[in-house]
Amino acid sequence: MHGRIRTWGPGALVLLPTVLLLGYFVYGLIAWSFNTSLTDRHTARKGPAEYVGFDNYVNLFGEERFLNSLKNLGVLTVAFIVGTLIFGLLWALLLEKGLRGEGIFRSIFLFPMAISMIASGVVWGWLLNPSQGDDARGLNRLFSILHLNVLENPWWTGGSRWTTMASIALPAVWQLSGYIMALFLAGFRGIPGELREAARVDGASEFKLYRHVLFPQLSPIALSALIILGHMSLKLFDLIYAITGPNQFRTEVPSVYMWNTLLRSDMAKAAAISIVLLAVVAVLVIPYVAYTVRQESEE
Amino acid sequence: MTAADVPANATGKAAAAISRKPTRSTIADGSTRTSRTVRYVLLLLFLLFVLTPVYVVVITSFKTSSDTTAAAQWSLPQTWTLEPWRKAWDVLQPYIVRSLSLAVPAAIIASLIGSANGFVLARWRFPGANLVFAFILFGMFIPYQAVMLPLRTTFQELDVTRGIPTLLIAHVIYGIPICTLIFRNYYATVVPHEIIESARVDGAGLVQTYARIILPISISGFVVTLIWQFTSVWNDFLFALFLTQQNNGPVTLGLAALAGGQKVDYAASMAGALITSLPTLLVYIVLGRWFIGGLMAGALKG
Repeated sequence: MHGRIRTWGPGALVLLPTVLLLGYFVYGLIAWSFNTSLTDRHTARKGPAEYVGFDNYVNLFGEERFLNSLKNLGVLTVAFIVGTLIFGLLWALLLEKGLRGEGIFRSIFLFPMAISMIASGVVWGWLLNPSQGDDARGLNRLFSILHLNVLENPWWTGGSRWTTMASIALPAVWQLSGYIMALFLAGFRGIPGELREAARVDGASEFKLYRHVLFPQLSPIALSALIILGHMSLKLFDLIYAITGPNQFRTEVPSVYMWNTLLRSDMAKAAAISIVLLAVVAVLVIPYVAYTVRQESEE
Repeated sequence: MTAADVPANATGKAAAAISRKPTRSTIADGSTRTSRTVRYVLLLLFLLFVLTPVYVVVITSFKTSSDTTAAAQWSLPQTWTLEPWRKAWDVLQPYIVRSLSLAVPAAIIASLIGSANGFVLARWRFPGANLVFAFILFGMFIPYQAVMLPLRTTFQELDVTRGIPTLLIAHVIYGIPICTLIFRNYYATVVPHEIIESARVDGAGLVQTYARIILPISISGFVVTLIWQFTSVWNDFLFALFLTQQNNGPVTLGLAALAGGQKVDYAASMAGALITSLPTLLVYIVLGRWFIGGLMAGALKG
């Protein structure tokens, strides 16, 4: 027993500070948020608060504004994930066989990843200017220069929830498609050449080769991409803040709504929104974490 | 986005996989000249999509304010001027100094802790290590909104000055998970089992093994986590907004203020967006391969 502690003890000791820090700053603070969300602390003032159970949650889900933010989030997430996956996969497909200048294409497709969402939001806010006709600015002006006036549209300021949130998703797609490309490209390059060879010898067409041999190999990557993009989208905040400003009902999502609630010092409600957000993310992430850890321990 | 947005447990291996030349059999796929031309045309179109914002931001940043009218938005500046850059620099300079004094130490400290953790989780495992691994991994994914309110209260109660020190502590703590995971995978794939085993047989303890064997071969792991942490701390907005104020915040707050006023000076905003992006762009250009290594971390298994 003593020997085992001598063997394992130091390792556990190294991890102890991390466990304590994360125990407090992640799990402890989540519990704290949850606790606040069960109270009637609707001001910044300190002092005793009453527990009101799940009233804050019941109120939230009965509230038009919160439901609107959830719907916005749903649409944003779909538009963002679909857009990014399509672009990323397409770029990877175009590049995977290798061509001259591949490195340049790769680097340019990837560089938006290095930029903050605030900076990209500043530029895209300019590009997505809603003015049309003679006063058109940004992309609308470009469309009119190219005689593509049909494409002019009010972006996030008008139209349906879909056009609004797809406009918000567009800059995010611009930023992250390169990342998805990189994932898929690494996936393609990781497939042994013999597999393709064998399929071709068997007389498979290019289409069949991708459909039956290559794509199935990429499904774990597609799953990872889905999880990563999904949980990014759920937390998206900076981009909306920079493009539309935080106080826009049209583009409000829970993370932004939480910020607005906090500005009014409604602590309990802000906490409840943040816990709902956490729950949505957890539904997506917990199975993924469990799966990853199980896989790791099998190795 | 922040560090937690991209999970990690792989390193430069995946990046290397991308830059690996396709095997001969992939090239000799009989892809005709037409199909290659089609690919080039499509790629160039996508290149336009990706580079359009770059064109806009660059030309606008050199325009005089009379030059940014609706009609002239897409044309080159009538007269090139550095005035927007000067204006943006005057506003952003103190923010940049603060961001540097934040991002550099935050990256170093989190990387060091992550390296020690990663070594233990990969090579000096103890019973229950998997549980600890899951505990840390989940910490990487949480939406920070869920901890932000009490985090602010905690710092207020600890009487830590709101500003860069607060932000530094927060970024170190929430950066530990991703650094740990990057290093964990790095050590799991890079360090041969036998070396550690023979060191153990020779009676070397954890500290000795780590200092003599692990640290010297950790350089590329450190490059990845340092780049990763530096970039995400530099680009962070959420923590900055919650934990600091505009007059003592980092550069993202400065840019938001510069570009978000009542009457927006577009030329200066664009110059500001460029100025605040230069450090991370430089890192990307100079250390691209390791940058990608950080990005790939976790999405792919090494």
